Amino acid sequence: MLEIKNLHAKVEDKDILKGINLNIKAGEVHAIMGPNGSGKSTLSSVIAGKEEYEVTDGEILLDNEDLDDLAPEERAHKGIFMSFQYPVEIPGVTVTNFIKTAINETRKANGKDELPAKDMLKKIRETAQLLEIDRKFLSRSLNEGFSGGEKKRNEIFQMAMLEPKLAILDETDSGLDIDALKVVANGVNKLKSKDNAVVIITHYQRLLDYIVPDFVHVLNDGKIVKSGGKELAHELEAKGYDWLK
Amino acid sequence: MVKVESREEKRKKNRDKMELKEKLITSFLAFENSVSTDTETNVHDIRSKAFTHFEQNGFPTKKDEEWKYTPLKPILKHDYNVFPKAGTAIEFKDVKRYFLHEIESYKIVFIDGVYSSFLSDTTHEGYDICLLSAALKKPKYKMVIDHYFNTIASKKESITSLNTAFSKEGAYINIPKNTVVPKPIQVVYFSTGSEAQLMLQPRNLIIVGENSHVQIVERHQSLTSNVVLTNSVTEIFAGTRAIVDYYKIQNDQKTASLIDNTYVQQQRQSVASVNTFSFGGNLTRNNLEFYQEGEHITSNLNGITIIGDKQLVDNHTLVNHKYPNCESHELYKGIYADKSTGVFNGKVIVEQEAQKTNAFQQNNNILIDDGATINAKPQLEIFADDVKCSHGCTIGQLDEDALFYLRSRGIPKKEAEALLLYAFANDALQKIKISELKTRITRLIAKKLGVDLGFDL
Repeated sequence: MLEIKNLHAKVEDKDILKGINLNIKAGEVHAIMGPNGSGKSTLSSVIAGKEEYEVTDGEILLDNEDLDDLAPEERAHKGIFMSFQYPVEIPGVTVTNFIKTAINETRKANGKDELPAKDMLKKIRETAQLLEIDRKFLSRSLNEGFSGGEKKRNEIFQMAMLEPKLAILDETDSGLDIDALKVVANGVNKLKSKDNAVVIITHYQRLLDYIVPDFVHVLNDGKIVKSGGKELAHELEAKGYDWLK
Repeated sequence: MVKVESREEKRKKNRDKMELKEKLITSFLAFENSVSTDTETNVHDIRSKAFTHFEQNGFPTKKDEEWKYTPLKPILKHDYNVFPKAGTAIEFKDVKRYFLHEIESYKIVFIDGVYSSFLSDTTHEGYDICLLSAALKKPKYKMVIDHYFNTIASKKESITSLNTAFSKEGAYINIPKNTVVPKPIQVVYFSTGSEAQLMLQPRNLIIVGENSHVQIVERHQSLTSNVVLTNSVTEIFAGTRAIVDYYKIQNDQKTASLIDNTYVQQQRQSVASVNTFSFGGNLTRNNLEFYQEGEHITSNLNGITIIGDKQLVDNHTLVNHKYPNCESHELYKGIYADKSTGVFNGKVIVEQEAQKTNAFQQNNNILIDDGATINAKPQLEIFADDVKCSHGCTIGQLDEDALFYLRSRGIPKKEAEALLLYAFANDALQKIKISELKTRITRLIAKKLGVDLGFDL
């Protein structure tokens, strides 16, 4: 589904990604781990199309299509979703209205009619239930005054509503207490299918106890220095990252 | 014969090309004669004094510190007709959209400066919602006029003096004590374009008695793209514990300019709010001054400005805290595109007596294009020592990270920008207490930002 070949990227003349190779198939869960500053968040931002990052070499293919020329919204329309570490507050726009806009813009871009209001409401209700989100929460302004946990849960809510092909969860576990972590993980697990893929970017192994990855990759200084199965995450937890450098 | 005629013509041409100031000065006598029936009140004296003041000072220029960033010269060069003619009729259906027609309201409507009884819905039952011309003429209003008229309007601002000199028509609203006016009052000034270039000088007098409550929506609307200059003066008196909510919708044609001078005087425990929405027009200058005359007063000043092209909006505000335990809350948001110019000058005076004052001022601006300018100047003059005063002024661009966040959810760039701008203006929007008006303004903002957001915000 997603192929990353020899990806090099820089921001403001600073090389951050220095030749990443990654192959993600439908139905798989990948975890990307690594110390601070290793390029984890840059990798997810580059996949999602953040314009400050310049791809200097290599390519990212989604279903064999090169993403290089595509704007962030076009990538979203093709099924890429990235949950943010620090979601933005939008006063005056409710969670419900925001997700409606996002879904209908995506449908429009894919040549579909808007989702009928009734179906939209049903879907919102079911998804909220799945993620144990209170209905009152949905009529609050997006992320405004949300706690760290609420923000993360809201990101997963949006992911569940948008049903992406490829979901990248960037440090979704940070700021979550154990109960919230379980709810989020439970949501992700329920949405996982043979047709989609999940990339979990994390510093710690904690989330991986609940969302079990098929592959774990260790990123250091802009390169993947080691790949392995889920046991690699435990090894990292025990030994730290230094032994890989 | 031929020569004489051509000389006559020349003289006529010269007279037509006369500077606006000269034209106004030579018109004053004729104007005074036309309103000479008002001799019972002091108004004649007031006009004469104001006229002299204007004659001596003329229009403000860029040399005047308060007008440094707002050049009047380009809008004064037109050959304005200063005596609009009566008689242009408008069908309600053609102007319906300029009214808040979804709800019941009183209406005081003027066409080219002349009262339109056809479009208006006035009353004298329980309170007066009518015309200033009537109040100036009829003896029964003499006491009220003598007590209030031109008592708080500036005697130092020549442009206000000009309005005072020619004051004749406008809204007269007098709400006695213990009265809640059950529906909003809309004051609308249309200009039809039957004059190629028209100058209007409306004058409003609003008196709200003790414990009374009123909501007023004011709008100036040009119906063609002919040049219009409006120099408006409004005096608002809020009695003890009165609540006054005032909304100014400034969404006029790009050929219309507005100088709005609004003076608010508040008695103890009153709450007065003026909300200014500036989206249209060529040049818009808002002089807004609050004078607190008792304790436990709250003054609210809110504004949203969204302009582009070469538009200019200048918000000049003053809050004068004279007594202890009062508050003022000021929030102005500005979004400037293209080569537009914003000016914000927020003066807050806390006099020595005014201990325990809470005065907050916030002015946030976003410049969308490199050619746009904002000149912002907070001025706090605090003479009391036990007060809480704050001011914050920001000038920025749209946050790239925020934009990326929205786009990563599939929202296209243009819509994402509009959503962020809407979010930016949102807190000032939340101050609107008439929900239908809030919806209207929200839609206006969406339209102004050029997007259909797919839902009512």
